[in-house]
Amino acid sequence: MYNKGTIIPGLVIFIVFVTFPLWYNGLNAGTVPKPDLPVGQKECVAPVGEMRDNHMKLLNEWRDAVLRDNDRVNIKVGGKEYRKGLQLACMQCHTDKEKFCDSCHTYAAVSPTCWDCHLTPAEAATKKETH
Amino acid sequence: MDNTRRKFLKIAGAAALAGIGAPAIVKLTSHTAFASEEAGHAVPVPGETGVHGEAASTGVRVGMVIDMRVFAVQPMLLDQAIAACNKVHNIPHFPDRKNEIKWIWKAPYANVFPEQEVLHKSEMAKTKPFAVLCNHCDNPSCVKACPTKATFVQPENGIVAMDFHRCIGCRFCMAACPYGARSFNWQDPRPFITNYNPDFPTRMRGVVEKCNFCGERLALGLEPACVEACSGTGAMVFGDLNDPDSEIRRVLDKEFTIQRNPAAGTKPSVYYIV
Repeated sequence: MYNKGTIIPGLVIFIVFVTFPLWYNGLNAGTVPKPDLPVGQKECVAPVGEMRDNHMKLLNEWRDAVLRDNDRVNIKVGGKEYRKGLQLACMQCHTDKEKFCDSCHTYAAVSPTCWDCHLTPAEAATKKETH
Repeated sequence: MDNTRRKFLKIAGAAALAGIGAPAIVKLTSHTAFASEEAGHAVPVPGETGVHGEAASTGVRVGMVIDMRVFAVQPMLLDQAIAACNKVHNIPHFPDRKNEIKWIWKAPYANVFPEQEVLHKSEMAKTKPFAVLCNHCDNPSCVKACPTKATFVQPENGIVAMDFHRCIGCRFCMAACPYGARSFNWQDPRPFITNYNPDFPTRMRGVVEKCNFCGERLALGLEPACVEACSGTGAMVFGDLNDPDSEIRRVLDKEFTIQRNPAAGTKPSVYYIV
């Protein structure tokens, strides 16, 4: 093998560099987030596992159904009806975006753009109409 | 082999002629079929045809009649209608008019009906502000201009709807709309919204918006917010233009109405009694 002296140390340095995030954190993924679940509400639109994996797809389906297909049929969860929508359905139970949505999204370093337009319950409460 | 060169050339020539002629024949025959079909449809039904003799759309087609005679005597009514819309749709109020977001707004007669501008106008046309909103055209130029299909005609009711998720803020629709019914968010609208309606989203910077004929309220069986604000006065009548028994059709049958810029060929669904 030619240039053994440079290739092998080079490979070692490369592997150390690439795996830096792993060993720097001591092969520990940090504390897994525990999103705050709504009190007194046991049921969601779909089982927990499915919601965990596919809530973003469900939200996109709702968006297309409501806006593009004019299909605004209510959804039923635990005997209560909700209108399809992030603000209209999800946030009715998951009232704290910071403690529910953000806990996982921050951990997974994803930044969905939902809240550029949609109002979090906390945001909506800041400019509530007072009668 | 008795195929002579002469015979070969004859066959080749005939084949070439047939090849060239066939599409023309197909085109001619199909055209005649199409024309006769069209003639069958074009049985003139009085009142059922749109402008330029074209057939009106079928199914639910929502529209609005704005009776300016009512707004002229009750000047506060239009302000109430505008305020109701602004509240329901989280519409910001920018102090600088160049940033203005308009769903339903006031404009002078000369700007609303520039082609009807005459020297001796009625007192109303001279002094009263007119209510203007998106015309929800049958043939909307904004929809043709949109490169992302963020704005589109809802086939269920004819509303020219917007999907803000898809808007890339290119503003082609604003250039295409002959009525100036679209507004652009030059900056984040949230600091300029007085009260939030928690049932409706806001918009973000870089998105175009306009009147949606209260699609979200129609789904709940409610009238549009502006119509509700004028309820009982008859200033704004909302309903299905394709239903001959609807209130709006009764008003349209009775009163003479005009539309904004009919020459643009967009076929608006908002009618004015002036």
